[in-house]
Amino acid sequence: MGKSFTDHELAIKSLHYRRDVLKWIKHAGAGHTGGSLSCVDILNVLYNRILNVSPQNFGQLDHDRYVQSKGHSVEALFVVLADCGFFDASELESLCGYDSHFVGHPTRKVPGIEHNTGGLGHGLSVSVGMAIGAKLDGRAARIFTLLGDGELAEGSNWEAAMSAAHYNLDNLTAIIDCNTLQISGRTREVMNNEPLDAKFDAFGWAVRRVDGHDLAALTTVLATPCESGKPCAVIAMTRKGRGISFMEDVGKWHHGVPNDAEFAQAMTEINTQLNNLAEVAS
Amino acid sequence: MSAPSPSMYSKQAAAAADRMGLVMGKANLEVFAATLQMLAEKDPDILAVTSDSRGSGKLGPFAKALPKQIVEVGIAEQNLVGVAAGLAAVGKRVFAVSPACFLTARSLEQIKNDVAYSDHPACMIGISAGVSYGALGSTHHSLHDFAVLRAINNIDIIAPADNTEAEAAVRFATLAPHPVYLRFGKAPLYTLPQANLPIERGKARLLRDGKDVALIATGECVINAVLAAEFLAAEGISCRVLSLPFVRPLDEDAVLAAARECKAVLTVEEHMVHGGLGEACAGLLMQAGASCRFRMLGIPDAYTVTGSQADIFRHYRLHAEGIQQAAVSILSPQSAPQTPSNVSLPRD
Repeated sequence: MGKSFTDHELAIKSLHYRRDVLKWIKHAGAGHTGGSLSCVDILNVLYNRILNVSPQNFGQLDHDRYVQSKGHSVEALFVVLADCGFFDASELESLCGYDSHFVGHPTRKVPGIEHNTGGLGHGLSVSVGMAIGAKLDGRAARIFTLLGDGELAEGSNWEAAMSAAHYNLDNLTAIIDCNTLQISGRTREVMNNEPLDAKFDAFGWAVRRVDGHDLAALTTVLATPCESGKPCAVIAMTRKGRGISFMEDVGKWHHGVPNDAEFAQAMTEINTQLNNLAEVAS
Repeated sequence: MSAPSPSMYSKQAAAAADRMGLVMGKANLEVFAATLQMLAEKDPDILAVTSDSRGSGKLGPFAKALPKQIVEVGIAEQNLVGVAAGLAAVGKRVFAVSPACFLTARSLEQIKNDVAYSDHPACMIGISAGVSYGALGSTHHSLHDFAVLRAINNIDIIAPADNTEAEAAVRFATLAPHPVYLRFGKAPLYTLPQANLPIERGKARLLRDGKDVALIATGECVINAVLAAEFLAAEGISCRVLSLPFVRPLDEDAVLAAARECKAVLTVEEHMVHGGLGEACAGLLMQAGASCRFRMLGIPDAYTVTGSQADIFRHYRLHAEGIQQAAVSILSPQSAPQTPSNVSLPRD
């Protein structure tokens, strides 16, 4: 978290991030397009407004931590970390290439990444450990993790959820990128996890629902711990492929790579949205 | 709770131990708990993480003395290892303690991804390993742990053979910059001869030298190899006995030298014969071009008999008498390999 950005500036960043996510996925010929576009607004708010983490303090013990449990949406994270100065965006030229550190899931070989993820159902436990560690040391650091809604079928999440409440980890926030789609179809049809609010509530968590593409609303809900003594589940309602008309809420874009025409169309749509933002500003 | 355990040692074996001046020590489990507590009292960053395993891990006194240095996660081994990795990531020296059977199976993906791949220096403590819980059935046996962890990059595998090795292993794990797996049982163990030998990462300990058969052993079978060597000496067969507290990294030089300098090599481990110390040695020797007589003693690839650890060792001939017989057998002309020379290793 460096300088403070206005809502307008943040909205422009979200569009730039979407543009870059698509650019790098197209360049690599691989990537998790739909999920990156569903979570990129959340990452925008986290890294530009909430997290006390920067290239300067990353190597120190005392900083906020973000663990991306839904590791497959790594392109969104790479783009945001590059924008925050953790590495030069040109390094993404090697994305998914031979011997690159920029593999298809987060690894600590990339500056700014706290923990290796990719197998689902791991990030929440690791975040619980980080949150317990911060409490033991009396550090004010907050720990955030991003989970997919489909990911919640992994039973290990519920082991972790139980322990987070047991230890009253109000320094822990789990954001669920609730785009309602997973690789095989609608999450509620593959394995229904609703009612999510009631589940987390029953596990002893504070629960908030928010529009996961509303930057101001995300800022409000993430700015401070939800409730003293409770871990916080933020159920962020999102849409896979958000921002590109033909990708939005369409399952095949889970890891679809745009062809030339699709990419051009997507860039046109993003530019239109950028122009609209500029008009609003003027 | 369970039928009285027969002794691990026959009268002859116990007599041999007496002649050698070996002293019966404690269970490595107790040495682990006491050593960890001693170290944790001096370093508040040392934490034990347990999955309802503080009792079976003998950590009751630790929990009482250092309540802020023990984290309980309940019966949830996946969370145990994930939480341990997270604590290690924020600077804690973490010992995740759980029965080896669950720790290295239920939470294997957490060990692979969150500890080894993420390279957080957490220590996995597999208690009551091997067939320590022999009577409880295969759910509670860990005869796979060396194999699965040898197939995962970036984790040392340690199986101490006596209290001296156990204490050294815990001290090592406290300082290790990378992940460590440490496994041991719950039966009292003799203190091995040559107690002053150093215990170093990836180094074998030469407990006895000889030229006929090399007994390469790890963990709680090592004492049986020591006693077997004593029996064999009376028959005029001289044994080299190597204790390998580190299954990984393997002491390749010691294994190659044993194959070069002895007529036969026997490996001994409380593990299935697939993927453990024996196959590690076999792979090394094959690739080095060795053609020595070689046999792996361990638990065979079949339904595992139940009973006490001593029963199971006897059943699979991992006790002193079984190792003695295997050594005699491997030296007999009938068991000679087709190639006339016992060993043909490339020399430097």
